[in-house]
Amino acid sequence: MKKEVLLGDEAVALAAVQAGLTAGYSYPGTPASEIMEYLIKLSEGGRKFVAKWCVNEKVACEEALGVSFAGKRALVSFKHVGLNVAADPFINSAITGANGGLVVVVADDPGMHSSQDEQDSRYYADFARVLCLEPANHQEAYDMTREAFDLSERFGLPVMVRLVTRLAHSRSSVLVREPRQPNQGLNYGRPEDWTLLPANAQRRFRILLERQKDLKEYAEGSPFNQLFINDQNKKLGVVVSGLGYNYFKEAAIDLAVEPSSLKISTYPFPENKLRQLIEQVEEILVIEEGYPFIERLIRGVVGITGKKIRGKMDGSLPSSGELTPDAVAKALGLDEKKGLKIENFKLAGRPPQLCVGCPHADTFKALNEALKDFPHSNVFSDIGCYTLGALPPYKAISTCVCMGASVSMAKGGAEAGIFPSIAVIGDSTFAHSGITPLLDAVYSNSDMTVIILDNGTVAMTGGQPSFGTGAPLDRLIEGLGVDKNHLRVIIPLPKNHELNVKIIREELAYHGLSVIIARRECIQILGEKKRS
Amino acid sequence: MEYDIILAGVGGQGILSIAFVIDQAALEAGLFFKQAEVHGMSQRGGAVQSHLRLADSAIYSDLIPRGKADMILSVEPLETLRYFEYLKPDGAVVSSRTPYVNIPDYPPLDDIFREIRKAPVNVLIDSEKLAKEAGSLRAQNMVMLGAASIFLPLKEEHLKKYIGVLFEKRGAQVVQTNLKAFDLGRQAAFQKD
Repeated sequence: MKKEVLLGDEAVALAAVQAGLTAGYSYPGTPASEIMEYLIKLSEGGRKFVAKWCVNEKVACEEALGVSFAGKRALVSFKHVGLNVAADPFINSAITGANGGLVVVVADDPGMHSSQDEQDSRYYADFARVLCLEPANHQEAYDMTREAFDLSERFGLPVMVRLVTRLAHSRSSVLVREPRQPNQGLNYGRPEDWTLLPANAQRRFRILLERQKDLKEYAEGSPFNQLFINDQNKKLGVVVSGLGYNYFKEAAIDLAVEPSSLKISTYPFPENKLRQLIEQVEEILVIEEGYPFIERLIRGVVGITGKKIRGKMDGSLPSSGELTPDAVAKALGLDEKKGLKIENFKLAGRPPQLCVGCPHADTFKALNEALKDFPHSNVFSDIGCYTLGALPPYKAISTCVCMGASVSMAKGGAEAGIFPSIAVIGDSTFAHSGITPLLDAVYSNSDMTVIILDNGTVAMTGGQPSFGTGAPLDRLIEGLGVDKNHLRVIIPLPKNHELNVKIIREELAYHGLSVIIARRECIQILGEKKRS
Repeated sequence: MEYDIILAGVGGQGILSIAFVIDQAALEAGLFFKQAEVHGMSQRGGAVQSHLRLADSAIYSDLIPRGKADMILSVEPLETLRYFEYLKPDGAVVSSRTPYVNIPDYPPLDDIFREIRKAPVNVLIDSEKLAKEAGSLRAQNMVMLGAASIFLPLKEEHLKKYIGVLFEKRGAQVVQTNLKAFDLGRQAAFQKD
């Protein structure tokens, strides 16, 4: 056993490698990016496994499924909204089943530190009817990820590991065990299991349903689910999962009598253990990170006669945002601790902003100038650093919904009568989900302008490689059928401002599909290159 | 023993480098630690903070409860004030005096200093001047770590060892600059009392 200092994300990556990983796939997204960053770093250390960024999460999930089909162990990781993109292969992988161990790591972002929603991935695991493991700390992140591969092969199903931001991006020490060798040789999946024609799919779905009792049995006996009965406290019992456990234990130090508790770390959760706890106490407090997933199941429609159930649904804990030690302490009846107060002083906010010298800033300045001639325009945008163009001084964009939506929404907007209808999207986001809607726009010769901000990298998440940049991006767009005369390239620099305004103005005025590529390298990446 | 620190600054000022040095020094001393970081969108010139907890027994929460921090260590004065509610009534504030002005409504500096001085233990350091003296403006984070070191339950030699480890790849000159920055910050904090 050896101690290593790791981020939660890194503990997952190291565990996967030591569980005998053959291949890992991902698309960058906070707070999951560091899983693949670390896998790549480990793969450069001479270990023999594949660690690759992919064009999007769906592709990543399918590549992992191909590895599993071949009888090898695969990891796919992404942020919670990435699972929406990968939902199709994820749900269907429960029907095909896993051949080699298949572990899907999803990092949720309660509090939306860097996200558009705070959806809870445990619902996806429940929906797909697969096991979900939820670690509370770094050691569990490591141990559960290793266990997840064994469980996947034992039950022949993918297994989800659910992280949240505070664990993904918290650093602590972890005891690591001896590595296991990767699965040897190829072991193909059976065609009748993996070809989801209706007859096969119906049979496979019945198998999945039958397997649910095995999953429940496992959850009941799993050492990760810890029941603690304190006969001295018949009043309160606490049901707790994930990081909620840490905040509960922190607060419990200050409680006169520690409540009985059930720590839930696997789903489907251990129903018998839960019943044992409920029988002991008058009142249940459910503490969980994300949606009230456990609380809703316990509560049901009519509740439990004679028992009070508290949690996010009755306001004992906040129903949005991430849990905090303070909120949990308050729910446990402890007095709020007070820190120093600042009075009669206005604390100015400091929101994130585009870097000094950022190419996006020059593009937004030119776009805003060109738009002065078009009072009824609308700029649909997308996900990346350039979403900060929504803030002053630019105030240049009016939408950001999901990856690639700028292009499709601009088409819909144009068809509803908006002119000019404009999409602003980064090069990597375009590769991820912008190509298909652009093909749609070509087919309809939509009256819209797409501006691709080509800075050559996935900048917001720390500079991962972009799959659609430079000359290949130009050829791709031409290949989709965009008219060459309306495919323009500008270099967003202050000295080119007048020229760029002129080009943008021309294309906005054109009735038909235009694509403008604003091409200049990310200032951060340029800086790193100069330093090294 | 428990020692909780709020690290504060603006994205790009190197607070994660301070955290790295403290984490490693704590590990060397056989302590437990947990350190919650900020990644992603918030790093782009926005306010950033890290919760760093040290203890001689296992630590549960990754986040520091309000009113429990032993120290606010900040590379920027306005950012110091943002986390005051986390500080214990007798906690220490170790803050840079050098403002990072990238917002239009940055408050008057004297007002900020007046508020910081309301903390019973406060050390204000001219990190810009000392970092320049050490040889690089980028070393302000190590100036601040040096100033904080007079309070930290960690050995000076351990902290310095991991400053060496952190900057090793950038060459001996960079290591020397950062060690000097640490020393100047430490001296300034002692002189203050």
